[in-house]
Amino acid sequence: MATTVTRRSRAAGVPPTDSTVAIVAPGYRGSRRPQRTKLAGVALNMPYWVLTGALAIIFLYPLIWTAISSVSPLAGTNQTEGWGLGNYATLANYQAGIWVYIFNSAFVSLLTVLLTLVISLLGGYAFARFDFPGKNLLFLSTLAILMVPYATLLIPLYVLLNAVGLSNSLVGVALVLTMFQLPFSMFMMRISFESIPRELDEAAMVDGCSAWTVLWRVLLPAVKPGLITVGLFAFLAAWNDFMAPLILITDSNRMTLPLAISNLRGQVQGVVDDGATEAGVVVLALPCILLFLILQRHYVRGFMSGAFKG
Amino acid sequence: MTTAPPVGAPAQAAPLRPGTRRRRRMRALTGWAFALPTALFVLALFVLPLLLVLQMSASDWPLLAGNQGLNFPENYSEAVSNRFFWDSIWFTLKYTVLTTVILLALSLGLAMLVQESTRWKGFLRTAFLVPSALGLASASLLFYVLYSPIAGPFADLMASWGITFLGTPDGALWSTIFLIVWRYAGFYMLLMLVGLQGIPEDVYEAARIDGASRWQTFRSVTIPLLRPTLAMTTVLCVTGSLLAFEQFYILTKGGPDNATITIVQLIYSVAFQGPNNLGVAGALSVIVLIALVVINFAQIRVFNRKAED
Repeated sequence: MATTVTRRSRAAGVPPTDSTVAIVAPGYRGSRRPQRTKLAGVALNMPYWVLTGALAIIFLYPLIWTAISSVSPLAGTNQTEGWGLGNYATLANYQAGIWVYIFNSAFVSLLTVLLTLVISLLGGYAFARFDFPGKNLLFLSTLAILMVPYATLLIPLYVLLNAVGLSNSLVGVALVLTMFQLPFSMFMMRISFESIPRELDEAAMVDGCSAWTVLWRVLLPAVKPGLITVGLFAFLAAWNDFMAPLILITDSNRMTLPLAISNLRGQVQGVVDDGATEAGVVVLALPCILLFLILQRHYVRGFMSGAFKG
Repeated sequence: MTTAPPVGAPAQAAPLRPGTRRRRRMRALTGWAFALPTALFVLALFVLPLLLVLQMSASDWPLLAGNQGLNFPENYSEAVSNRFFWDSIWFTLKYTVLTTVILLALSLGLAMLVQESTRWKGFLRTAFLVPSALGLASASLLFYVLYSPIAGPFADLMASWGITFLGTPDGALWSTIFLIVWRYAGFYMLLMLVGLQGIPEDVYEAARIDGASRWQTFRSVTIPLLRPTLAMTTVLCVTGSLLAFEQFYILTKGGPDNATITIVQLIYSVAFQGPNNLGVAGALSVIVLIALVVINFAQIRVFNRKAED
């Protein structure tokens, strides 16, 4: 069959060298490529290897370069000679100390993850399994958060949080970030619950379990993958968020890591310290990249689930 | 919505076992109890701020002094007559169109390159996706150093050209677009992959039997069948780009010569950097909100109409 394909495409006027594109072209997805010796195959696919190899380098180069140059010497930084951790030392001693900012960021991120998990677990259960007045309105309102610009909400939120005594508060930032996570999380948890057969909880109900016990004992294990995806997205969003703490936090001891590193650029004796910024980017990016690599399956699942299908 | 049947019309409820209605009401109450945290969050942190920004946009509202009473049409006229209003709109639109076209074309190409699952393609997918794990702020900081005329790998190149990447308006725009494409290409590639996987294999088989060339197959099979995905990614990308903030705040600070001020940056600076005028910032926010809703509805309509043809 594979050979017929090649013959057909030749008959259709496609030059034979084009067979490299066969992998690229959608029509050839899943079909077996013409049998060749391995070496000849590699040679014929040369343009493909060059193209994809170059793309891989373009995408990985900025990350690798930053990691390497954060420990290499550079004039005007704390690491002028030889390799070492001088730039990280600058970072560690910046203002309140890097640990304060790491703690702030970790606190905001973990609180956001916790709140997002609890609210979307309960809410997803409610939307998937119960009928109650106002259900559709509430669900659509939750999704509508996506439609409203971030900045449009952050300015009134700044005023509101001030009014309730949550100005300059990391808890306030976590509350706001949780709200922004709700559309994705609620959607994700709702479809996670809906994909579980109803017979499962009905059987438990007949056995006399309450709705709460059904959720806790029967359904929770089944929606665990959904929860991991929701938690991962909430963590990445909260750890990396810049605009909410920029607007809601003014006290420099309560700044989160992205904000502190953005400020650090210009404030080491008024000159930009590129070395310390690189070190900061590494500290910021490392947990995200590690989490991504470990939980890649769940990350991809977040999209594949159709959560974003129009 | 389940509402209790009106009294005097129990015909439908009659065959049900006694107590069913009460049980149903109990179910509804339980449902509400589980949905309560969601409702509280949406009300307090979404609906209320939305109403407040409307009130703000019609009030004289300095950052520190709070509400000073009605200032209705003035906030809006002041917003429109801000010296950066039209410039920032023009720049934001230019940035949005360029970013959307480049990003979506590239991510569709990437998706087609990595469709099947071989080990190399799995590696490529991961390589394209890793940048999307970084925050936008982290990525912007990373490129800030990468574009640095002192520490960056292109320092010598820039020295020989006599200009820096972020030093000219066009350079700053394209440098930012490159950063955004790098950061988001994997994300959109993933969405495109989901779409491509939804196209049944036998459609391609049919095109192949008809002797369609690869380009013809791409144009008349892949693109039309991918329309829902293209619509969704376009809406996402346009919305995201229209609201661009961090990348410009960190990379260019709106410079050089105020050439890269986006509309959200304008809102931020009116509210917190200088004028400290939440009323005008609120008016700008409301204008952006309305524009965004109109643009999104227009896009959805265009895509739906095309689907009917």
